[in-house]
Amino acid sequence: MKFFISLILTMLLSFAACLFLPWWSIAIAAFVVAALIPQKPFKAFLTGFVALFILWGGISFWISNNNDHILAHKVSQLLIKMDNPYLLVLTTALIGALVAGFSALAGSYLRKTK
Amino acid sequence: MRIVPFLITTAISAALVITLNTRLTIAGNEAPAFGSFLSPQHGFWQNAEPVSEKFNSDLTFQQLTGKVEVYLDERLVPHIFAEQENDAYFVQGFLHAKFRLWQMEFQTHAAGGRLSEILGDKDPRILNFDRNMRRLGMVYAAEIALQEVNKDPVIKSACDAYTKGVNAYIESLTTSALPLEYKLIGYKPEKWTNLKTSLFLKYMSYDLAGRDDDFELTNAKSYFSAGDFMNLFPAIQDSLDPIIPKGTVFEKQKVFPVAPLNVDSVYFNNQDQAFTESTKPDHDNGSNNWAVSGSKTKSGAPILCNDPHLGLNLPSLWYEVQISTPAYNAYGVSFPGAPGVIIGYNDSCAFGFTNGGRDVKDYFEIQFKDDTRQEYSFNGQWVKTTFRVDTIKIKNKAAFIDSVAYVQLGNDICPVMYDKSFSGNRSANQKYYAVRWKAHDASNELKIFTMLNRAKNYGDYQAAVTNLHTPGQNVVFAAKNGDIALRTQGEWPAKWKGQGDFVMPGYDTSFLWQGMIPQDEVPYQYNPERGFVSSANQKPVDDNTYPYYLGRDYPPYRGYIINKRLNAMSNITPQDMMALQTDNFDAGAAMAMPFIISNMKESDLNASEKKYVDILKAWDCRDEAGTTGPTVFEIFWTNFEHAVYDDEYAKAPKVIMRPFWSNLVDGILKDSAYKFLDNTLTPQTETLADMVTGALKKAAVELQQVEAAGKLNWEKYKGTGIKHLAKLVPFSRMDLVTGGGGRAINATKSDHGPSWRMVISLTAQTEAWGVYPGGQNGNIGSKYYDSFVDQWAAGKYYPLWMMTKEQTGDKRILAKMSFNK
Repeated sequence: MKFFISLILTMLLSFAACLFLPWWSIAIAAFVVAALIPQKPFKAFLTGFVALFILWGGISFWISNNNDHILAHKVSQLLIKMDNPYLLVLTTALIGALVAGFSALAGSYLRKTK
Repeated sequence: MRIVPFLITTAISAALVITLNTRLTIAGNEAPAFGSFLSPQHGFWQNAEPVSEKFNSDLTFQQLTGKVEVYLDERLVPHIFAEQENDAYFVQGFLHAKFRLWQMEFQTHAAGGRLSEILGDKDPRILNFDRNMRRLGMVYAAEIALQEVNKDPVIKSACDAYTKGVNAYIESLTTSALPLEYKLIGYKPEKWTNLKTSLFLKYMSYDLAGRDDDFELTNAKSYFSAGDFMNLFPAIQDSLDPIIPKGTVFEKQKVFPVAPLNVDSVYFNNQDQAFTESTKPDHDNGSNNWAVSGSKTKSGAPILCNDPHLGLNLPSLWYEVQISTPAYNAYGVSFPGAPGVIIGYNDSCAFGFTNGGRDVKDYFEIQFKDDTRQEYSFNGQWVKTTFRVDTIKIKNKAAFIDSVAYVQLGNDICPVMYDKSFSGNRSANQKYYAVRWKAHDASNELKIFTMLNRAKNYGDYQAAVTNLHTPGQNVVFAAKNGDIALRTQGEWPAKWKGQGDFVMPGYDTSFLWQGMIPQDEVPYQYNPERGFVSSANQKPVDDNTYPYYLGRDYPPYRGYIINKRLNAMSNITPQDMMALQTDNFDAGAAMAMPFIISNMKESDLNASEKKYVDILKAWDCRDEAGTTGPTVFEIFWTNFEHAVYDDEYAKAPKVIMRPFWSNLVDGILKDSAYKFLDNTLTPQTETLADMVTGALKKAAVELQQVEAAGKLNWEKYKGTGIKHLAKLVPFSRMDLVTGGGGRAINATKSDHGPSWRMVISLTAQTEAWGVYPGGQNGNIGSKYYDSFVDQWAAGKYYPLWMMTKEQTGDKRILAKMSFNK
């Protein structure tokens, strides 16, 4: 249950923060949620990771789909040197997931006692 | 709290964030900061415009004085209806910025020599480009133009409104809404100014009237004998059919340029050499335009056509627009960066341009007292230099400070463009050359367009175009009252024969330009008997009757074939005109083919060589996609030209003028024992047949390689592509299947060609067609980014819709934008 609440909260907080703040506010969001809702370190990591994987993966897929993947076709050739919109969505999701995962891990250690 | 794991994981997180927030250099290329670039709420994903985007909006700006309504049609062309004229320019500026901001800024940064500021100096060509633009006096020229704008309250208020419109959009921009290129390169737009508009227009002058071969010709003159020089670089081509027909009587000459007495010793026979390898605007920046009168058309109304040939880029140089104000109603293409319609039509008439192409940029050698450049010798006296210190900012580095000397030559202040610190690779860094460029002179080019947009008749057109100084253009005109006209407009220096072909002495007044050709001596045609007017950058007049010297290098073939076709046509429909505009017949090749075939010694050829001769024989001299003839001809001709001339050039300086393309054809047609045919490096005397056959054998080797690479088809060999302005291939449209070539009316080459095709039939209800190789939205993530490209490549057109206020319910309307005060 904690996992799902943390997951939803991390996603909501990240989304809201990014409306006003730079992209790295996802790190703060994941950190804060993990610090407020104590979980085991690995679970906290997973919460942050999955939250941003879904959030960034979901938003970028939704945007790209509405765009008929026009831009993703072009940017993927530039960025990952192949014409593959889905791989670009996956890359986006993984980058967000990694940042949020480690930040959540750090947040969990803030609260964690031995 | 577990302090150690906390610190470690916090450090990892921080390192991740910092790394992803930094622009890294990967494999030698600077990459965007991945975090912000990939973030779906900040980065490039934000530029992925939904394909169902509607663009409806309701905006309020206190800068407006009335109401403006914009209807975007299904091709995303805005139809601007404004209660006040200047409000229309505000909205045009806003829309240009909304759809083309990055390009507007990039082009003006290029014009002002500021590319190092955004791109850095990793590639040394970038700083050299910037220095070249500054030293040519681009900013100096734009500042002079701006002073003229400020003296003209009408134009100034139009520019002010336009600039405010651009800035209103820039102010509304959030980081996530920035055009993709800013995110990739990593910078932000600055405020637009009227100076930027002036800079953009000067960039067009650079592109269209910034070319010269003075150093190349100077080298050629020093290297060749006088006779050979005249032979290789004739002032007139045999196939020339001038814009203003032979036999036209011109106004009485009022300016009499006189060559200095010592012209032979210090100029024509001077053996000095300059060395050059500079990059210059495209040699073929040209165009076609013509108008046929009602007597030749099926409808009885005139038809006007224009297709300006320029470098092809995405986003396009052009942006289609309709502007409707109480004073006028005009439709056509505009320049993102300037107010008004540039090429188009209104409710009474239509107008279009081709480049005049005359030499309006000459170099003078300057003698300084010493290397400090503080004083220069002029008319036997030492005169004080003024300096312009240019600070060229460089990304991530200290600025480069360039000080350019300005000298006064007669009444003109000219930058000493080439000196010991900068030769542009055109001289040996030992001498000083000042540039006298017509684009430095005060003029008010925007006035032409605001006047043309509201022109009702020939008189209005004439009054408008006489404001055109530089770049000089052949301006075509047709009106609903049946008038057609073409004026070879511009303010041109009145030159004595040969003046400015080579670098000139600048030590006194004797070699300076002696005045301008008076406007009433500008050659023109108004309702000529032949029923049409046309221009295709060929020499405007016949040398024997026009009193002023017009230089030597003009492309003859497009003009020749257009005139021939128009002469023969009658009962013309707009569809006939579209077919002519996209015609791929190569008139130059057609003149050469008979002597190629008749001189080919086929018995000397093997089977595979013979195959290519058969392709040539079957070729109809049309540069069509899907055919192999044009490729075989092109490769054969290149080898033939080299075989004929390379021996003459064997000991030439590194960079030197090559003969004009038409020379070889003209020379052989006049005399099959053309002087240069013999290879002077061999003991025997080669004949035309030897040279043709030898060239074919060499070409066959190259053709086999081309064929093996699957590129024998003309469109594949030519490889027409429309590159993104920053040369990013995924953002470009490469390898288009399209015909055409440099000598065809459809002058589509690899990265250069008809940048806008337009056909206007001036019937009671105007019928108009147009297309350009691009799309209305400069956003790479928009479906409108390149939406016209396929239509253009196929040689097809869109009907142009001059919308009326009663048509607001029309199903072609995609969206409505309201601008309120």
